Amino acid sequence: MKSIILKTATEYLLPILLLFSIFILLRGHYYPGGGFVGGLIASIAFVLHSFTHGVNSTLRLLPVHPSGLVPFGLVLSATSMLLPLMAGKPAMTGLWIEEPIPVIGMIGSALFFDIGVYFLVIGVVLTILFSIFQYSE
Amino acid sequence: MLTAVLAGFFVSILLIPFGKYLKNRLSVLLVLLPALLFGYFAGFIPAVSAGNPVYSHHAWVPSAGINLDFHLDGLSLLFCLLITGIGTLVYIYAVAYMKGHPYLDRFFAYLSIFMAAMLGVVLSDNVLLLFIFWELTSISSFFLIGFNNDNADSRKSSITALAITAGGGFLLMAGLILAGYLSDTHSIREMILSNAILKSHSLYGLVLLLVFAGAFTKSAQFPFHFWLPGAMKAPTPVSAYLHSATMVKAGIYLLARLFPVLGGTDYWTVPLVIIGGCTMLLGAIISIFKKDLKEILAYSTISALGVLVFLIGVGTEAALTAAAVFILVHALYKATLFLVTGIIDHETQTRDISQLSGLRKLMLPVAIAGALAALSSAGIPLTLGFIGKDLIYEATLHTKLNFLFILTAIAVITNIFLVSAGFLAGIKPFTGSLPERLSGVHLPHWFMWMPPLILAFLGILFGSFPGWVGTSVLQPAAAAITNNTAGSPLKIWHGFNLVLLLSAVTIVSGTLLYLFKKTTAASSYPLLSAISAEKTFKRMGDYVKGFSTWYSNTMHNGFLRSYLLRIIIFAVLLLAYRVINGEPLEISLARISTISIYEIVVAGILIAAVYMTVTSTSRLTAVVGTSVIGYCICLMFVFYSAPDLAMTQFTIDTLTLVLFVFVLFRLPPFLNFANSKVRLRDGIVSTSFGVLIGIIALQALNEPIQTDISKFYGENAYTMAKGRNVVNVILVDFRGMDTMFEIVVLSIAALGVFSLINLRLKSSEKE
Repeated sequence: MKSIILKTATEYLLPILLLFSIFILLRGHYYPGGGFVGGLIASIAFVLHSFTHGVNSTLRLLPVHPSGLVPFGLVLSATSMLLPLMAGKPAMTGLWIEEPIPVIGMIGSALFFDIGVYFLVIGVVLTILFSIFQYSE
Repeated sequence: MLTAVLAGFFVSILLIPFGKYLKNRLSVLLVLLPALLFGYFAGFIPAVSAGNPVYSHHAWVPSAGINLDFHLDGLSLLFCLLITGIGTLVYIYAVAYMKGHPYLDRFFAYLSIFMAAMLGVVLSDNVLLLFIFWELTSISSFFLIGFNNDNADSRKSSITALAITAGGGFLLMAGLILAGYLSDTHSIREMILSNAILKSHSLYGLVLLLVFAGAFTKSAQFPFHFWLPGAMKAPTPVSAYLHSATMVKAGIYLLARLFPVLGGTDYWTVPLVIIGGCTMLLGAIISIFKKDLKEILAYSTISALGVLVFLIGVGTEAALTAAAVFILVHALYKATLFLVTGIIDHETQTRDISQLSGLRKLMLPVAIAGALAALSSAGIPLTLGFIGKDLIYEATLHTKLNFLFILTAIAVITNIFLVSAGFLAGIKPFTGSLPERLSGVHLPHWFMWMPPLILAFLGILFGSFPGWVGTSVLQPAAAAITNNTAGSPLKIWHGFNLVLLLSAVTIVSGTLLYLFKKTTAASSYPLLSAISAEKTFKRMGDYVKGFSTWYSNTMHNGFLRSYLLRIIIFAVLLLAYRVINGEPLEISLARISTISIYEIVVAGILIAAVYMTVTSTSRLTAVVGTSVIGYCICLMFVFYSAPDLAMTQFTIDTLTLVLFVFVLFRLPPFLNFANSKVRLRDGIVSTSFGVLIGIIALQALNEPIQTDISKFYGENAYTMAKGRNVVNVILVDFRGMDTMFEIVVLSIAALGVFSLINLRLKSSEKE
């Protein structure tokens, strides 16, 4: 798309949307939000960028191909699911650090599970969309 | 014991990374696996023969009654020794036989999986565990039969074998679950204790039917026998090991194992005696009309399996002892004959007995092995076969059953033909003069001729000193089948009696049959091929194929719209039926909360968007219209305080819109409108669907709302999972396992899209 306004706006929107998605991800345990929505918002940020700059320049922005995020997220989620087994508890038990950490808040295995979902969703959405975009280009 | 059972699986997993280093002579190292296992199980002989079975228990899924319970008694021990002992020799043989094959590692991996699964079958005390291993043997057999997968015939045979054995396995599963349900335990040992309940239950007949179906398919009983000759497409070591000595005896093992649980009644005896009798007679007669060595052996194996089923059916102590002895006898001589056949095939490239003769001059050790095995198969005195045959005649002569004479006659006739078949396979290729064509043949590596020779000598050794193997292995095995502590000792000499006379008659007639029967063409028995179950099975297969072709062509035509239409019509019919026949319709508007002005506005937009979508002439407008509908629904979520849902729906709708827009670029600019008939049809379907869902939603309001669940989550979200957002806590904690599987599904979907599209890209690049 050739719109100069949109093109300039995305330059600023991308980082802001990404920050927003992380915000949504982290607050998920207490207020509306979570890894799934956060991941979708982050994907929208990248899709918006690819709209104005083309898929290839968006891919260059990302350190890895989005399909690489899928196994990463899956492993992260699976690890935080299985981690309680090491502590001798059933899988999926929530393990929490006693004291909250500034800014982020309480940290527990559920948060890492959600982060895994976040990355996986970004990976899945961008893999599917970019594959179709590149095919239709 | 768990380690011993699972060792084969470990080895086959190790072969994935390390298999390529074992392609040459190093593959001899693999022989260590069965050899060590043989040593391990042989160590149990003193304990087990003293009447002390060994148990081992590991919890697996205790809540479902599935535990890794292993139980080593006389019967299991006999099978374990056969599996690992013959396994050792077959591994040695295969190292030379398969030398230089590109997929040697794969071959040994399948073989090791098979061995482990077979050990699991004969050691499991838990019926469900037994079933799992049972199916693993079917699967590994499938891979081994189809091992030469570039050959269409082997592929076909392997599929036939799998269809029959796995189909029987399916029925067996039902039978075992039913038996477990009726006796309230999954342990065979405990089932034996409560066998009276099972036998008097009204479903006893059904249990028997299902168990028989499993055993008969696995052990190639008439009319399921035809998969076994087809299975001979496998490399010869596999035929010797799986399809003669061990796997096909799994069905026999099952019957023997369940004899104390289910056996002894008329419902048990009559079907087994009839089916076993038919199988043994039919197999034996067909075998001597075959010209291919492997087919002769295949049919005589079927016949031998029939003998075993017959004996277990007769079910007297003498018959069960005879069965235990005959399992060993048959395994020893039949494996020998198969291995000998393999050598002949490997060296001369033919298995046609009319072309083979005089090979003794070129491969004397092989000829000795073949001859000894043939003698044992014929039941010449001082071979183990002689003792086996005597016991069979004893068993048939001393039953309490009627038709004693007919049973004995059938056994004698079967044995006459088996004697002849044994001579055909073990002696015929080695006698006579050597044809010119075969003069270049030479003795193979000793890895190949040593194993059959050892097996053949064991047959003689055990036959000459029967007390030795009898007290240590065979009597405990027979005792385990009868669930009795004592077994009768084996004897060579029973004195001059009817049994001896019958034995003599058998040997003489069999030899005469061998000498005077011309090797006629196999097609000289139209009667037998007319009743062939194989043809019926093939015809059934063709019908299934025809039906599925028709079904895929009509129901799966590749148009998304027709899939959607069918799914929705089906749902409408189902729901309409339920709504009309269900509880009376009762829609009260009293329960509906007050409607605010926002909702009316949003509903107005929604209706306008629907109208726009349906009537628009541009694709883009239609897509935008559907997105507006989606956003309106999101707003509804917001009004009814479901922010998480609304957020997700918003983002998803946005992404869908973007995706649509991109795909629309690819489509041709001109639209082909559906005619008014089609539009009317679609309109009716979608309207009725919408109306139905509306009615159901309104009716659902009448149901008292269950608040227990939401209350539980609301109360425990913070205390148990330290989260205030209940929706998210459910997603990542309470029902986190669901989320885990959902994201796995998402990954698979992404993988699918990615690979499909990139595959298309690559193939279009090629053009």
